Amino acid sequence: MNSTLLVNIFRFILLLALQIIIFNNMNFLGFIMPLPYILFIILYPVNSNKPTLIISSFLLGLIMDLFSNSGGIHTTACLILAYYRPYLFKFAFGVSYEYQTIKLNESLTPERFSFILLAVVIHHFTLFILEAFQVTFILDILIRTLLSTIFTIISCIIIIYLIKPNKR
Amino acid sequence: MQQIFNFIFKNSTRILFLLLLSISLLLTIQSHSYHKSRIISSANFLTGGVYEKINSITEYLNLKEENDALAIENARLKSILFNTKDTTTIKKPDNLKGVLPDDIVVSKVIHNSYNVHENFLTLNSGSNDGVKTDMGVINSLGIIGIVDRTSPKYSTVVSILNTKSQINAKIKKSNHFGSLTWNGKNTGFVQLVDVPRLAEVRKGDTIVTGGQSVIFPEGINIGTIYKIYKEEETNYYVLDIKLFNDMTNLGHVYIIKSKDRDEVNNLEKGNIKDE
Repeated sequence: MNSTLLVNIFRFILLLALQIIIFNNMNFLGFIMPLPYILFIILYPVNSNKPTLIISSFLLGLIMDLFSNSGGIHTTACLILAYYRPYLFKFAFGVSYEYQTIKLNESLTPERFSFILLAVVIHHFTLFILEAFQVTFILDILIRTLLSTIFTIISCIIIIYLIKPNKR
Repeated sequence: MQQIFNFIFKNSTRILFLLLLSISLLLTIQSHSYHKSRIISSANFLTGGVYEKINSITEYLNLKEENDALAIENARLKSILFNTKDTTTIKKPDNLKGVLPDDIVVSKVIHNSYNVHENFLTLNSGSNDGVKTDMGVINSLGIIGIVDRTSPKYSTVVSILNTKSQINAKIKKSNHFGSLTWNGKNTGFVQLVDVPRLAEVRKGDTIVTGGQSVIFPEGINIGTIYKIYKEEETNYYVLDIKLFNDMTNLGHVYIIKSKDRDEVNNLEKGNIKDE
């Protein structure tokens, strides 16, 4: 039991550090920034209690906002993703997801990929809407969401494969 | 009573979510409202400290360019110094109008963002060094932004690459004023809006800060005119300005405190009281 908690605390700190030190300085074409820190919310154990996830997502977003001077946009996006995560599970893996032990950091099946894709799209879309906060930027929001989603997913998959415990 | 408790227990997750969501939305909206500095900012000891640590590593990568820039500035100042006729009374090399030498704080950018619509910089000097809100920030090439929030050791700066920033600027040649904004698209260009049609504008003209604000002294470089548009509805020009500064690569900066600032502010406050 305690090892899951420790793993999650470790993941929280590691992903934030990675995001702030490395990925925040990546600017493809000047505005595309991968945000793999949301892997924390994606990889959070399926059956653990929800309030903990929501509070920790709030903290995760708040720390990101502190570092990027962005008000509350990361916090809002993370909270929304954390709250709707069970619905995404239901959509991607079917109704009986709670009875399976899904480990996302195993091989990448279409279900897992669709789950990650949906999660990233929801997070990024909320984030960029709140960041621009103007209807006139709608095209800009869509372009940023699309391109950043692609880069976030690539970096997420790379990180998943890197931290995958090797076995057999 | 029992039912109320039951309801709260049943929906505890949802209530928690809504509570935290309202906090975060409040922070977001507060940060977007004009003329209000944000509660959450990177001018505190935690984020400032982390950024300073990161910067102390990454600044080695830019050392060469930084040295080149300093050498060029040195050469410029030397040329001013050698070309003065009477060498016994050496003029201060950087005598910006209304700025005393001790009103300039030398600082370093420890975090720079330029990929969102509202960009901020973090500097490694704060209220301990005399930095206050609404001071202008420049470097050897031109203006950079305005100080937003300060902590004892760090401060955040509203970059000119911020859709909310508005800075008074003028055309150097003809003294026509406009306000400098950013349309959120290209980091190399800003826009000068509300320039009257009467103004003679030509591609390549230099744009400098105007004397109407107390934040920047008059005549600090901004950039050159790159493109000229006419606004059909308002009969004003909109000018695309190519910046002298590369906002994506900033090192040492100067924070300036205008000498007349307090006086002008007091005068304006007095005027409001009288009305």
